Amino acid sequence: MEKLFLNLGDVIRNWLFTMGMGDSLVNLIMVVIYVAAILSFVLLNVLYLVYLERKLSAYFQQRLGPNRMGPRGLLQTTMDVIKLISKEDIVPQAADRWVFRLAAIIVFIPAVMLYAVIPFGSGMIAVDLNLGVFYFIAISSSTTIAFLMAGWGSNNKYSLIGGMRTVAQMVSYEIPFVFSILGVVMLTGSLKMSDIVAAQSDVWYIVLQPVAFLIFFIAGTAELNRAPFDLPEGEQELIAGATTEYSGMRWALFFLAEYSNLVAMSALAVTLFLGGPAGPLAPSWIWFVIKVYIMIYVFMWVRWTYPRIRVDHLMNLNWKFLLPLSLVNILVTGIGIKIFEWFRP
Amino acid sequence: MAKAQDKILKTQEITLNMGPQHPSTHGVYRCILTLDGEYVTDLENVMGYLHRGMEKLAEDRTYTQFIPYTDRLDYLAAILNNVGYVQAVEKLLDIELPERVEYIRVIVSELQRIASHMVYIGSYALDLNGFTGWMYTFRDRERILDLFEMITGSRLTLNYPRIGGVSHDLTDEFMKGLQELVDDLPACFEEYDGLITGNEIFQSRTKGVGKLDAETAINYGITGPNLRASGYCFDLRKNQPYGIYDRFDFDIPTGENGDSYDRFIVRMEEMRQSLRIIKQAMKDIPEGEIMAKVPKVIKPKAGEAYHQIEGAKGWLGYYLVSDGTTKPYRNHIHSPSFVNLGVYPEIARGGNIQDAVVILASIDIVLGEVDR
Repeated sequence: MEKLFLNLGDVIRNWLFTMGMGDSLVNLIMVVIYVAAILSFVLLNVLYLVYLERKLSAYFQQRLGPNRMGPRGLLQTTMDVIKLISKEDIVPQAADRWVFRLAAIIVFIPAVMLYAVIPFGSGMIAVDLNLGVFYFIAISSSTTIAFLMAGWGSNNKYSLIGGMRTVAQMVSYEIPFVFSILGVVMLTGSLKMSDIVAAQSDVWYIVLQPVAFLIFFIAGTAELNRAPFDLPEGEQELIAGATTEYSGMRWALFFLAEYSNLVAMSALAVTLFLGGPAGPLAPSWIWFVIKVYIMIYVFMWVRWTYPRIRVDHLMNLNWKFLLPLSLVNILVTGIGIKIFEWFRP
Repeated sequence: MAKAQDKILKTQEITLNMGPQHPSTHGVYRCILTLDGEYVTDLENVMGYLHRGMEKLAEDRTYTQFIPYTDRLDYLAAILNNVGYVQAVEKLLDIELPERVEYIRVIVSELQRIASHMVYIGSYALDLNGFTGWMYTFRDRERILDLFEMITGSRLTLNYPRIGGVSHDLTDEFMKGLQELVDDLPACFEEYDGLITGNEIFQSRTKGVGKLDAETAINYGITGPNLRASGYCFDLRKNQPYGIYDRFDFDIPTGENGDSYDRFIVRMEEMRQSLRIIKQAMKDIPEGEIMAKVPKVIKPKAGEAYHQIEGAKGWLGYYLVSDGTTKPYRNHIHSPSFVNLGVYPEIARGGNIQDAVVILASIDIVLGEVDR
């Protein structure tokens, strides 16, 4: 079971070789298969997450949630997708048409690219980059551009404010977000995902870096645009912010990206702080999914409990609290490492 | 080379129409915002999208026929509107009411006040994106609506009081349900406090936001919980008792700072006080008739009457002029939401767009009443 997916990959690879294909062609086909596997993982997750979010919010609010389509409402998201696909694709007349159209596609690309460096199980990582963490941060922050494009291209003042808020928020929160990860990187001495997972074989970094985890969680929530930091959407004041003018499948792409980012962020949290896919008894990839869903649950729990923060409070929290705190954390971690090295035999 | 002056970033104000269709305008209300970035430099009220000419309609209806129209004013507090109107007509006719009617009216009025404030608490939370708070208050409001359904047959546009009495007597089933509700409500209020009032984000978003001092409030004619939140203790149930309110023991909660937080707290406390009144009324309610002796055709003598009650949102007044026919010559309604909304631009200026939403939620308007 442990090596189920790895063995499956080997079987396909060997089968391709027996078909008489060359090395490079086989590698090319394998890349396509990897991408297809990751895409289906992402899409299946999103399909389930929409349902989970609605069910969880219902439980938090003491109501039932979707329960008509299929057993316990399980087909609800399927029906939603059908509805979204069949909806009219509206592009406002005064919109900047290309920017408007491209934004919905661009927002989804980084959301999928993130999964290249995520270790789904032991040995199950598409590309184990030397600077995997750095790659993740770089790619995830490029979502900002799509939101800015959507906000600007819609030619709607609500969208514009939403887009501007996204930029302000993403750019600000990126800093404590990266700094919180630095603590982990300092302990590991590597930016490679597999090294970080391996370094946690004795003790998870959530124990050694609790403050960093907290900062990571708060800044991560802000990066994901989830409540209480969902200002770019800001339904109550901005209607739907940057996505106000989007309809049907284009709108769905934004939400696909949002949920995909949620999974990726949870996966990163698991990799950096919760020991990655490691765990007893069950195969590592099952542990990975369990841990990711625990993180997702916490993200959703927060969302359905807290009201939205105000835009100036958001900035204050970041620049006056999170940033100094993350710097202190780096300092303390550095001192701690030095002390540890002195006393090590 | 560009001049130094050209390099200075210039900001430009934009005009943003919030409403008439907007998630947070609580109906078809529109305000024209002038924004500098996210800050509101000016705000203009635009009303009238729901105007139905209620007062003019009254001139073509008999006194009894107008009761259902009052439901549609402040549709979250329909019974309070009914009570205000029928009491005005009773004043015009000079009718003596049976004791039981007075008690029933107090019970349903205060229940309605709690239900109305629950919508307020919930939608306030929702305007801060606290969706769960909204669901909690609506869950409890449902129970009040269930009770209303038992005696009136409807849940929103309740049409219960009649000129000289009420349409149905309170049943045993109703009294049993009411007792259970009264027992459970304190725990519900605790829950709101835990989820909303005690929440740090909620407090930081509402404290000091939309400050309204008592003098400005009085100058604008603000009444009800909004006035009391500004620290001015005035409640018609105490200061100018109507019905049998002078028999009950209850307090008038007031705020200190007149900010959005105080407006919330005052209503939270008012729900508790209403509960106190209901408990006392339930204990003392006598048996008896539910209808006074009223002529079949209501035809008041020529003259006029003004009656005002403490509605859920402030003074609710009815001014009736009779020319001796079966229809009022004039029916003017003083609706608190309309008056309270007047101060909105004054207190929303200088805040940001999120504050504007909070402040609008905090003054508790119902567009059915604003536009009549």
